[in-house]
Amino acid sequence: MNMEELSKVCTQVRRDIINMTANAGSGHPGGSLSAVELMVGAFYTQMRVDPQNPHDPNRDRFILSKGHAAPCYYGVLAEKGFISRDEFKEFRQLHNILQGHPDAKKVPGVDASTGSLGQGVSIADGMALGAKHLGKDTKVFVLCGDGELQEGQIWEGLMAAAHYKLDNLTVMIDNNGLQIDGSNDQVMSLGDLAAKLRAFGLHVIELPDGNDIKAVVDALAAPTEAGKPKCILAHTVKGKGVSFMENQVGWHGKAPNEEQRQQALAELEGK
Amino acid sequence: MADKIATRAAYGDALVELGAKNDKVVVLDADLSHATMTMNFAKAYPDRFFNAGIAEANMVDMGAGLSTMGLIPFCSTFAMFGAGRAYEQVRNTIAYPKFNVKLCMSHAGVSVGEDGGSHQCVEDLALMRVIPGMTVIVPADANETRKAVFALADFQGPAYMRLCRLASPVFEDDQPFEIGKANVLREGTDVAVFACGLMVSESLEAAKLLEKDGISAAVINVHTIKPIDATCVTEWAQKCGKVVTVEEHSVIGGLGDAVADVLMGKVACGFHKIGINDQFGQSGKAPEVLAEYGLTAPQIAASIKASL
Repeated sequence: MNMEELSKVCTQVRRDIINMTANAGSGHPGGSLSAVELMVGAFYTQMRVDPQNPHDPNRDRFILSKGHAAPCYYGVLAEKGFISRDEFKEFRQLHNILQGHPDAKKVPGVDASTGSLGQGVSIADGMALGAKHLGKDTKVFVLCGDGELQEGQIWEGLMAAAHYKLDNLTVMIDNNGLQIDGSNDQVMSLGDLAAKLRAFGLHVIELPDGNDIKAVVDALAAPTEAGKPKCILAHTVKGKGVSFMENQVGWHGKAPNEEQRQQALAELEGK
Repeated sequence: MADKIATRAAYGDALVELGAKNDKVVVLDADLSHATMTMNFAKAYPDRFFNAGIAEANMVDMGAGLSTMGLIPFCSTFAMFGAGRAYEQVRNTIAYPKFNVKLCMSHAGVSVGEDGGSHQCVEDLALMRVIPGMTVIVPADANETRKAVFALADFQGPAYMRLCRLASPVFEDDQPFEIGKANVLREGTDVAVFACGLMVSESLEAAKLLEKDGISAAVINVHTIKPIDATCVTEWAQKCGKVVTVEEHSVIGGLGDAVADVLMGKVACGFHKIGINDQFGQSGKAPEVLAEYGLTAPQIAASIKASL
């Protein structure tokens, strides 16, 4: 798939995010929109997965550590053919497989149940370690938020990733700078993230624009140093693609109303 | 009665035996392998042992990840940290998706002894029992621990097993071990004593003391707290008309409550719980600490007698 086609996929996923959250009247559009290129890049250019055989033991693995970006995840899974878009109507509704946060028991293509922040890297470590132990060439991708890096367990997991030399693991950080109570700096400063991640033994690739699909794809394709887990520190825009949501803290966990849905979809039309 | 053996020691030996038969078994620890005795496995199969460092949350979530690769992870640390500190990880990342991880936590209860209340977890059974779908096992002695380890490896799904530091009597011999099926170790007519863990041997001794006073006590080893053997509990409560539960755990949320949940509103019977009465533990030699909390055979016998 070329960059133009990948961009179209990203736009479709953004439309899905808007529709899903608007349908539900709840959900997390801001951090879903910022993560689109990272997730599309991983699923479309790196991961060996088969929607017809979602439990294939030889598949590559993806963990959405920032589980509240579920609408983005479901959009990508639908586009790949794991689930039907018909499910979107009932997102977050009783008896639907699409829970507010991903449930591995219910959704084909979801490898771990997430939503409680800070745990994705540790789960990914276990998968990457298991793959190496079994002699499999499985690649493992985990997508973390930036506010989530305030959880101590993330750093436990990163330490273990370096200790066990998990160079089959890629940690992607959706660094949109905002969290529920304000900016990262207002709530709990993350400091020099790139330096911290390097100090933890990761091979860090920093992307000034993590919503540039080509930059993301190139970073995913770039080799990592032998024995080092790769980390893509992507500076992104929360609410990316919808003018009135971009860089607005208030759109972390609020759904668009009907008027806002139409405006957002119009902005995403033809992109 | 054979020499005393701690259930943690039996666990360490059983893991080595299991590891030889099942190459899918991997073991994780959080820098306590010399206390949980997973060091035996680490020595025998270094390529299947993963230390998570002093990071219990990380350890259980790594276990979750390993389980999705088709491996059978046994995660061990102290009960306080495995069931306590990593509680939410166990709940959301192992139990919620029903991952096949075995949480085998040692140093439970006040029989930890000298380390004191900070390390004596008297809440683990309550914490684990309340998680939907979690299986909870408390072996009574070294032999039962070995059987439980093999049963857990064959069992699909998340499970918690409670182990103890203190060397304790080995009395179990030819009893079958089936998850969810309690074992009647002694028949009786006046009172049904349901016990788990180290309190099973104490209750058997207590039953002998009661016999001298003309009281006939049945002793049932409830090695599986969840799913509890409701049939056995109901049958013996009806037979005896009086029920006593004995556990080295808070009387809130553990075996006593599990038994009460079965009987309440269904069987009219006397009911008395023996355990830790909403208190923290403290330092001391293990037998002294057990006595401080009323968990020795003579104290249990006296408590049962007073309740009748």
